[in-house]
Amino acid sequence: MELSELWFILIAVVFIGFFFLEGFDFGVGMSTRFLARGQSERTIMVNTIGPFWDANEVWLLTGGGAIFAAFPHWYATMFSGYYLPLLAVLLCLIGRGVSFEFRRKVDHPKWTNVWDWVLFFGSILPPFLLGVLFTSMLKGMPIQSDMNMNAGFTDFINVYSLWGGLTVTLLCLFHGLCFLTLKTEGIIRNRAVILNKKIVVAVLISLVIFVVLSWNMTDIFKVRLIPELSLVGLIVVAYGAAWFFIGKKREGLAFTMSGVGLAATISAIFVGLFPRVMISSINKAFDLTVYNASSGAYSLKVMTIVAFSVLPFVLGYTIWSYYIFRKRVTDKEHLTY
Amino acid sequence: MDQVLLARIQFASTTIFHFFFVPLSIGLVFMVALMETMYVVKKKELYKKMAKFWGHIFLINFAVGVVTGIIQEFQFGMNWSDYSRFVGDVFGAPLAIEALLAFFMESTFIGLWIFGWERLSKKLHLACIWLVSLGTLLSGFWILSANSFMQVPTGFKMNNGRAEMTDFFALITNGQLIVEFPHVITGALCTAAFFVAGISAFNLLKKKHVEFYKMSLQLALVIGLIGSLGTAFSGHTQAQYLVKTQPMKMAAAEGIWKDTQDPAPWSAFAIIDSQKRENSFEVNIPYAMSFLAYSKFEGSLKGMETLQKEYSKKYDSVVGKGTNYIPPVKTTYWSFRLMVGFGMAMILLGLAGIYLWKKEKLSNSRLFLKLLLPTISFPFFANTFGWVMTEVGRQPWTVFGLMTTSDAVSPNVPAGTILFSIILYILVFTILAGVMIYLIIREIKKGPEIHHNVGVHESTDPFSKVGA
Ligand code: HDD
Ligand code: HEM
Ligand code: HEM
Repeated sequence: MELSELWFILIAVVFIGFFFLEGFDFGVGMSTRFLARGQSERTIMVNTIGPFWDANEVWLLTGGGAIFAAFPHWYATMFSGYYLPLLAVLLCLIGRGVSFEFRRKVDHPKWTNVWDWVLFFGSILPPFLLGVLFTSMLKGMPIQSDMNMNAGFTDFINVYSLWGGLTVTLLCLFHGLCFLTLKTEGIIRNRAVILNKKIVVAVLISLVIFVVLSWNMTDIFKVRLIPELSLVGLIVVAYGAAWFFIGKKREGLAFTMSGVGLAATISAIFVGLFPRVMISSINKAFDLTVYNASSGAYSLKVMTIVAFSVLPFVLGYTIWSYYIFRKRVTDKEHLTY
Repeated sequence: MDQVLLARIQFASTTIFHFFFVPLSIGLVFMVALMETMYVVKKKELYKKMAKFWGHIFLINFAVGVVTGIIQEFQFGMNWSDYSRFVGDVFGAPLAIEALLAFFMESTFIGLWIFGWERLSKKLHLACIWLVSLGTLLSGFWILSANSFMQVPTGFKMNNGRAEMTDFFALITNGQLIVEFPHVITGALCTAAFFVAGISAFNLLKKKHVEFYKMSLQLALVIGLIGSLGTAFSGHTQAQYLVKTQPMKMAAAEGIWKDTQDPAPWSAFAIIDSQKRENSFEVNIPYAMSFLAYSKFEGSLKGMETLQKEYSKKYDSVVGKGTNYIPPVKTTYWSFRLMVGFGMAMILLGLAGIYLWKKEKLSNSRLFLKLLLPTISFPFFANTFGWVMTEVGRQPWTVFGLMTTSDAVSPNVPAGTILFSIILYILVFTILAGVMIYLIIREIKKGPEIHHNVGVHESTDPFSKVGA
């Protein structure tokens, strides 16, 4: 295997990590507006992700950095081409990031409420926008021979990309609710379970529609029929199992299955892309691939050594921090955010 | 306005804004770690109170530092895509490593620190804050190694019109990095120290929590003096390095048009006429420039006119005939003066403070305490002017000797789009800055006693009725 191919896989892994981790804290963030009744419940929910959200977001930054380092052309084409959607993502992440710290710094319900709205929009829009971004990438964007992309409104926004955005948002919501069933107790937990039974149905339906759309709008099933079908199978089984486990009150397993489902969905996107990193809708010859968009062999080698020596530590202390904060969050203790 | 200008305005405003919070984060977390260490070693509650109070302010600042940083990470691709294609091979690596090595560390351990007061043992909790501090230093190191490459490109070769990395070790032992990193870090120490000193002085003037703020002030003065002396020494080594690597920037920073006499004087004040390429009025300090540049009282410096000719010979083949290699002289010149001026003022104040402390007059000398208040702004100015000098003085280059700024911009992003995003950023930044200052003032008014969160509010909220 060439190093550039390895880096494509590593970047896929980083994005899987991002959606698995930040996925649930996006989900918790968006459900604060309809699962919590009143501010004190919302506060409990926010505190379930309190110690984690920042590190989870770093997965996205690492993904961006890794794309820059390993595939400079991919980074340049994607980030300049998706200027406005990324600007929106940035503004959402800015608001969201400070809202945790700010929301209860002033002892007034209105103040908290304002920042909770920011938290809500900052949690629901980014997964939607990133979903739109990734699905429109699968469909192909107008990339010219000079590798630059000049997309119009309908390239970004069309039925397929909107459905992709919606699906990713739903997956995150489901994942977040699963997380809440693990980290809260009593009434919030019960409500999360009840809501989740409905959401999982919505998730399955939207995924099926998404697969049908992908079949028609993209070439991923033509390029990689067997792997894509297996992944679709895995996704359906995972969410089916999650449905089953919710019914059985096996919350840990439901959360795991939701994670598997998310991971398989993101994998399906990357498998469908490979070996391309950006698909040109103008001409196949203008596609960016892992071969024509990558860095030189030397810098890939350096990056590989660094990544494999640092990643174990990162995973180690990340797991440790989840272990330290494994208890359920209640209002009987001091809540920081 | 054209794309290049707008993209530059955006880069300048967002990084300068980011760099208001960065040095305060780097310095404050270090000071908080020191305070908590004193608590763990000496077991005095006062130190714990200090760690908690200053820690709170640090966290508010850190939050804004983080969110303004995310913009930077995306900006290279969004606004400078041709630049990213050109140097991504070299420049992307430190950025990715920064995320992997530093950001994960900062964000995970800060979570553990904030939420871990009751859950972790004292020593483990202390280790967390030190790891956050280490994370901020690593973050600075890696991003500055990327920046150093732009100042003094090393460890690469040109291949198919792109810079490709050939020597990673050369990249992270870049001479520019060796002088730049200590300067930025000592600058960060100054920033936090004079911030703590100013707030402590304010409270001492009001005779509030005297013991608490006196202790904080003393610690701040020590760090502040170390930091400001450190910036002066490291700044001196930077200037020496600059003369060798980017003589044009140094000449601009000194307003030297024609080669100087030997020994060279240091210009303290000049009225610069960039059109006529001369200074119509100058106040010079003899010998000083030779000392700054060479650490001895002899040696002359080349002027911008000579350098323009030399650069033309060397670089016209890269960027085309008739390129003007002289950066905006006035900006570079005055930024340098202001940075050094604020630095000197801080050294003097630090010395005065230590003197008063030793004479046991610290909490009674009202004049000195009053002086410390406006001093809070000095390091912020010095940091900003330092970067403006470094980056503006590098013009017209983005990557020195390899790529000009006007070639670096994204060709496919219309000027209107960039303008639109600048307006949004500025709007958001204004809100963020306002809220942050408001919150910090509140924390200060609350004082060190209350560090518990206020009780949870019950409210009936019309939007929460949906649910299951
Ligand atoms: C010398 C130090 C320094 C400099 C020059 C910069 N930064 Fe910075 N940055 C930090 C030092 C730092 C920090 C101390 O690590 C921060 C500031 C406060 C904080 O929360 O972490 C940070 C935060 C921060 C974050 C958020 C990290 C997180 O989520 O935890 C990102 C993505 C960046 N920065 C990226 C950049 C980029 C791309 C820069 C180049 C233009 C840049 N920073 C300049
Ligand atoms: C955080 C501190 C920094 C500040 C305050 C700062 C300031 C500036 C300013 C004022 C400019 C505009 C110069 C001009 O166009 O005349 C600029 C340009 C630029 N700087 Fe920095 N800079 C900082 C750090 C960095 C770092 C760490 C990097 C690289 C990793 C970097 C890369 C660039 C790039 C790519 C440009 C745009 C091209 C250009 O205008 O030259 N800067 N910066
Ligand atoms: C007191 C004497 C000082 C001297 C002689 C000095 C010298 C310098 C020089 C020569 C540069 C440009 C380096 C380059 O372009 O490569 C620089 C940059 C800078 N200075 Fe200073 N400086 C001083 C004080 C300060 C102080 C007090 C601060 C902040 C608190 C500060 C913050 C900065 C920053 C942030 C930069 C930009 C980053 C860099 O290139 O290192 N400086 N300084």
